[in-house]
Amino acid sequence: MFSNWASSMLFAQSEGGSLFLSPPSSTVAPMVDSLFSLIFWISAFFFALIVGLMVLFVVKYRRRNGVEAQKTAHHNLLLEAAWSIIPIILVVVIFVEGVLGYLDLRNPPDDAYEIRVTGRKWNWAFQYPNGHVENNLHVPMGVPVRLVMTSEDVIHSLYIPAFRVKMDLVPERYTKAWFEATRPGTYRLYCAEYCGTEHSNMTANVVVHEPGEFEAWLEDASNFLDKMPPAEAGKLLYERRGCIQCHTIDGTSKTGPSFRGIFGTQQPLADGSTVTVDENYIRESILEPLTKVRAGYRPVMPTYRGQLKDAEISAIIEFIKSLK
Amino acid sequence: MSATVATQSAPHPQADAPTNYLTVTRGWRSWAFTLDHKRIGVMYLVAVLSAFLLGGIMALILRMELVTPTRLFLSEDLYNHMFTLHGAVMTFLFIIPSIPAALGNFLLPIMLGAKDLAFPRLNLASFYLWVAGAIFFLLAIVLGGLDTGWTFYTPYSTTTNTSVVTATIGAFVLGFSSIFTGLNFIATINTMRPPGMTWFRMPLFLWALYATSIIQVLATPVLGITLVLLAAERVLGIGVFDPKLGGDPVLFQHFFWFYSHPAVYIMILPAMGVISEVVSVFSRKHIFGYRFIAYSSIAIALLGFLVWGHHMFTSGQSQRAAIIFSGLTFSVSIPSAIKVFNWLTTMYKGSIWLATPMCYALAFIFLFGIGGLTGLFLGALATDVHLHDTYFVVAHFHYVMMGGTLIAFLAGLHYWWPKMFGRMYHEGWAQLACFIVFVGLNLTFFPQFIMGSRGMPRRYARYDAEFQPFHVMSTTGALLLGVGLVICALVLWQSLRRGRKAPANPWGGATLEWHCASPPPLENFAVAPTVGDPYDFDGLVYKGEEEGYVFEPKKQPAKREAEPEPATV
Ligand code: HEC
Ligand SMILES: [Cu+2]
Ligand SMILES: [Cu+2]
Repeated sequence: MFSNWASSMLFAQSEGGSLFLSPPSSTVAPMVDSLFSLIFWISAFFFALIVGLMVLFVVKYRRRNGVEAQKTAHHNLLLEAAWSIIPIILVVVIFVEGVLGYLDLRNPPDDAYEIRVTGRKWNWAFQYPNGHVENNLHVPMGVPVRLVMTSEDVIHSLYIPAFRVKMDLVPERYTKAWFEATRPGTYRLYCAEYCGTEHSNMTANVVVHEPGEFEAWLEDASNFLDKMPPAEAGKLLYERRGCIQCHTIDGTSKTGPSFRGIFGTQQPLADGSTVTVDENYIRESILEPLTKVRAGYRPVMPTYRGQLKDAEISAIIEFIKSLK
Repeated sequence: MSATVATQSAPHPQADAPTNYLTVTRGWRSWAFTLDHKRIGVMYLVAVLSAFLLGGIMALILRMELVTPTRLFLSEDLYNHMFTLHGAVMTFLFIIPSIPAALGNFLLPIMLGAKDLAFPRLNLASFYLWVAGAIFFLLAIVLGGLDTGWTFYTPYSTTTNTSVVTATIGAFVLGFSSIFTGLNFIATINTMRPPGMTWFRMPLFLWALYATSIIQVLATPVLGITLVLLAAERVLGIGVFDPKLGGDPVLFQHFFWFYSHPAVYIMILPAMGVISEVVSVFSRKHIFGYRFIAYSSIAIALLGFLVWGHHMFTSGQSQRAAIIFSGLTFSVSIPSAIKVFNWLTTMYKGSIWLATPMCYALAFIFLFGIGGLTGLFLGALATDVHLHDTYFVVAHFHYVMMGGTLIAFLAGLHYWWPKMFGRMYHEGWAQLACFIVFVGLNLTFFPQFIMGSRGMPRRYARYDAEFQPFHVMSTTGALLLGVGLVICALVLWQSLRRGRKAPANPWGGATLEWHCASPPPLENFAVAPTVGDPYDFDGLVYKGEEEGYVFEPKKQPAKREAEPEPATV
């Protein structure tokens, strides 16, 4: 095919990458790239034609004394038909190729491995079928992966350039994306839809594991509670499960109060009473956040009942205790 | 051209036209309350150029920040405010009104041989609405800024605590300014064409303004309603777009682009109109395919209403909708492409004079060519999914808006400048400015295509280090572009102060504005001029003592005096 030949001309410098495109690393990427280079060459041809004619005419018919403009026809049906019909045929080709590629991009195979994605200001949570949650995306190579995505706040957009995949995350709605990675390595993942202050920091890595290694990684990663001191595991959970979105550890308050130095203190509640921040209060705050609401804060914290295991809650408590 | 016209309008501005629209009355009130379309046009010109200066300074600040991947001097928040205001000021205050409101206001009645627009008071009202809208924008900056992006996407825009409501009021008021101008133009073109000017004897610039006005009148109300709904949701908590209130955030995108895609044609159609005039006059050739260009303006205006969904290919709209919108998008691309071939064919066997307006017109064809062709990548579904919301899109629309509309605006400004202010500018310097602007534009925006298709998302205050070389190139280009524009401004400023007096017809144009003196008298024409073919240059002869062209009834090619050698840089 022309486009394949074309891509080998300009678009095949390193590992199938090119000046314009990073190396394709998913099954759909080569197809997107070949459409890209098809359009590129059509455009380059027409651009050269337009600019070439323009320069030629400017040089050849530059105004000279005593030389009149020559009379030519004011219109010419054949010419006009030609330059209407040829572009029409070309754009129809581009359109059809675009649609075919799009249908591939949008419709995952039935047996895809499913990962749930939550976007929030301003990080990503990828949840695996066993319930484990990470901020970076780990996937097996050579296996189709389906992402079922939603947002907790505003619209975000998941974008993995190396896979040529992009899909918006819309609050209160599920959107889907899929890909099958074709080479192991680490790739960048960006939020592509503007979402406020830290939009440009809402990035993550995609780690593609060699065949067979993904399961081992997941097994290992899911048992992180057993492998590190609880306070450290608590910190990981604090970041991964999005507490970081509303709670700081440096003493400044965001949507919620800071965790720094609260353990063991007395804090005022919205109903006028006070409460001592101890293990039970923290546990209650995580599971039933609205029973006791801190004075000066809005009751917006979501409940984590059913999402955090007891061991995880204990780790978080240890983490908060450790913030002196 | 009839003999009467030639003698009527043979201009001796120094001798027998002591007053013109600039000198007829004095004092600020004579400007503030003027009903003269020319003065209103000039006020618009000053206003949109100030907006352009503001938007341009913000662009330079953004580009400076992006020299390094990490923070240079702007916090993330400030960066976000800055790109929002850059976009909002440039689209709403500059590009949309630039050609229609500034040049169109000045020229439309004169090109029709009329004294004024159909509704002069409405015209002044639109100008003050523009001013009011601009004030609301400034207020929004002062009262907490705006960080939603010029697109105001929900639910971000309904939840951020910046002055979204003030800014939407601004955009709402500006919308009315735009609608009134559109109405006025439609009424004027429909009712005030002089005897002999049939629809198909109208200059193409007027066709372009007519098509633009149709879009302004039909599409802008949708933006107005959308913004009212947005404000209602923010202020009254009515759930329209926010899913937490039972609304649909993607609905906002449909509404917004239902206006804003056609608005792209509000920006580019008048630009194409200017280019049609300039290419024909400076090639001394009848425009090729007049009817096609005229019809295609209207076709683009109408088809432009059907393609808004191409901004939402990754928003989760249904696959069928995406396919239909992609197909319709390609259908609009064809008429635009064909116009380019029409301009080229117009130049064929012409007598091409590379004066400044023509230099800008050629730059337009080059830049708009790139802008248009890269649209193909974005109209095609599979590639758009990858390129959407990256710098590729940023580069694409800057090639169209800056390389297209801005360059055409500059072409028009240099073309009609002698008419508007009665002064010539320095050719050599003006061409130098054009050249620097052209190089600067390419250096700014071409690297953005590359980094975009390599994955650099837009609206990023910080970025991965691999993109830095492209950002540095882009910033260098932006500074160069800034230098070019400053030179351009100085050249025009200098011409006002000590430019040579302009003849009535310095370029040899055949449309009616070249029949009246430069600058035109208060009521443009003492006697309604007779109308001929706007692209027939046969009766135009260069006169050395006028330093311009005069209309002569008979062709006397043998006796032509030497025309000026085109100035070189
Ligand atoms: C959407 C924002 C938000 C998120 C996400 C969030 N919280 Fe909260 N949290 C709040 C707010 C607001 C309060 C104060 C009001 C209240 O007590 O309900 C609060 C209160 C608390 C308190 C009581 C603190 C005190 O000083 O009284 C604890 C403990 C707590 N959160 C833990 C967590 C943990 C652990 C997570 C993550 C698993 C988390 N929160 C996620 C908003 C949030
Ligand atoms: Cu984002
Ligand atoms: Cu559009």
